Amino acid sequence: MITALVDITEDFPILKRQIHGHRLIYLDSAATSQKPQSVIDVLNHYYETTNANVLRSVHTLAEESTLALENAREKIAQFIHATSPREVIFTRGTTESLNTIARAWGDKFFGPGDEIVLSPMEHHSNLIPWQQLAKRTGGHLKFIELQSDGTITLDEVKRQITDRTRIVTLSAVSNVLGTINPVAEVARLAHQAGAIMVVDGAQSVPHQPTDVQAWGIDFLAFSGHKMLGPTGIGVLWGKEALLEAADPVVFGGEMIAYVDREDATWAELPAKFEGGTPHIAGAIGLGAAVDYLTAIGMPRVEEHSRILAEEAYARLANLNGVTVYGPPIPRTGVAAFNITGIHPHDVSQVLDSQGIAIRAGHHCAQPLMHWLDVGSTARASFYLYNSDRDIDALVDGIEVTKRYFNR
Amino acid sequence: MNLDEIYRETILDHNQSPRNYGHLDHPTKSAGLLNPTCGDQIQLELLIHDGKIADVRFSGQGCSISMASASMMTEAIKGKSIDEALLIAADFKKFVTGDSSDKPLGDLEALQGVSQFPSRVKCATLAHNALEKAMLLDE
Repeated sequence: MITALVDITEDFPILKRQIHGHRLIYLDSAATSQKPQSVIDVLNHYYETTNANVLRSVHTLAEESTLALENAREKIAQFIHATSPREVIFTRGTTESLNTIARAWGDKFFGPGDEIVLSPMEHHSNLIPWQQLAKRTGGHLKFIELQSDGTITLDEVKRQITDRTRIVTLSAVSNVLGTINPVAEVARLAHQAGAIMVVDGAQSVPHQPTDVQAWGIDFLAFSGHKMLGPTGIGVLWGKEALLEAADPVVFGGEMIAYVDREDATWAELPAKFEGGTPHIAGAIGLGAAVDYLTAIGMPRVEEHSRILAEEAYARLANLNGVTVYGPPIPRTGVAAFNITGIHPHDVSQVLDSQGIAIRAGHHCAQPLMHWLDVGSTARASFYLYNSDRDIDALVDGIEVTKRYFNR
Repeated sequence: MNLDEIYRETILDHNQSPRNYGHLDHPTKSAGLLNPTCGDQIQLELLIHDGKIADVRFSGQGCSISMASASMMTEAIKGKSIDEALLIAADFKKFVTGDSSDKPLGDLEALQGVSQFPSRVKCATLAHNALEKAMLLDE
């Protein structure tokens, strides 16, 4: 039996909700995770006791607020093994982080004829910024061919890397296939070719220990809201030297050193990339989420997410008329599937009537849908508050759905 | 929640046996439309003769609501004038968003339950939006 890692009813108040008279079975954490009481409390506490703008005023609230923000930055730096909190830039989320890399580093160092190597399983947010960079500069995208089970091999990566490759980018975990990609090995290949390695960690940072130094990567993007934190806060991590070399992309308050009528100079890291008032409460909330995950232990979270995703694959693949996408093992976080003859929207609607929340659609990965030769899929995704009881409910729900539409 | 409110027998029937599904040999108007939230798409082909819709076909992929709605719409507009067809589409969109209680033509009334599910209104109106788009395009 796979128990939830945390007492769901105690720590996650939303999971007490009833949906259409059923216990809420939340299987959509890959879209956004639920929030523990400790994160909700930190947000309230901040607004009730501390709220003030950061890095500006000299008064008690401003000092406390600044300290809390920087404290959160430090926790996150430790969580991902950054060399320094200066490398941790707060953004709105993974999408903004990836766009910032493409603009800040890409516009400066990527040129005509240069190549970006990436995979067809990327989320639109790790595809479109690079498409646009290539269009702006006259560069090219090169795609790593996937194996039939939705994995990538280093041989296929090597096949796409040339001496014109400047950027290699890859999701550490696929938001549809659940594939765990070999980012450290791919980073080595990228560096051998003189390219930088960018990692989309949106689906990996919530589910496994993250060590940017052990991976040997150059940039990492992830979102707070998929790892128990608030929406609207995310992280761009970059190697200090690369962030120093790159140009800011958002200009305004707090990102400057000196301004006159005609020109300006930039602030030190990380402020250089944080123009405007940041999402202070969000960053502090993300710090609380990191505390929560650290207390449980990321190795335990990793094991739990893998067991649930692999168990879900095995049980769904065993059902008549159900196709599950991606590798059986190893996988983590998600199980995307289709029921023959029943559209994912209809599957999702029937499951919702039983209190089961899943996602249906293209999961912001249309090129991957083309590769799978489907218009869309259903997707169940798991986190530390899920247990095999939820997979039981999903399996039962799928059988109910089949009976409902095949009557 | 009563699922049968949204999935009435008529809808399941149209989904399983869609009417006017396929292509016309020589359509005079056609339009494709994509539902970007789910990737569903519909292609509508019309044969207009003497200001009337002499024939119509639809094709594409989508959920039961969008496929059934398209099937029902083709039945409702066949033989109607362009203005009548556009009025049917406009009235249906009001009906399915709960803005009007005027019953639409024929089987389309079965989609009334959709008004309780805002996320599915886009599915139910995809074909009707495609019809409006086709009529706006030059021949």
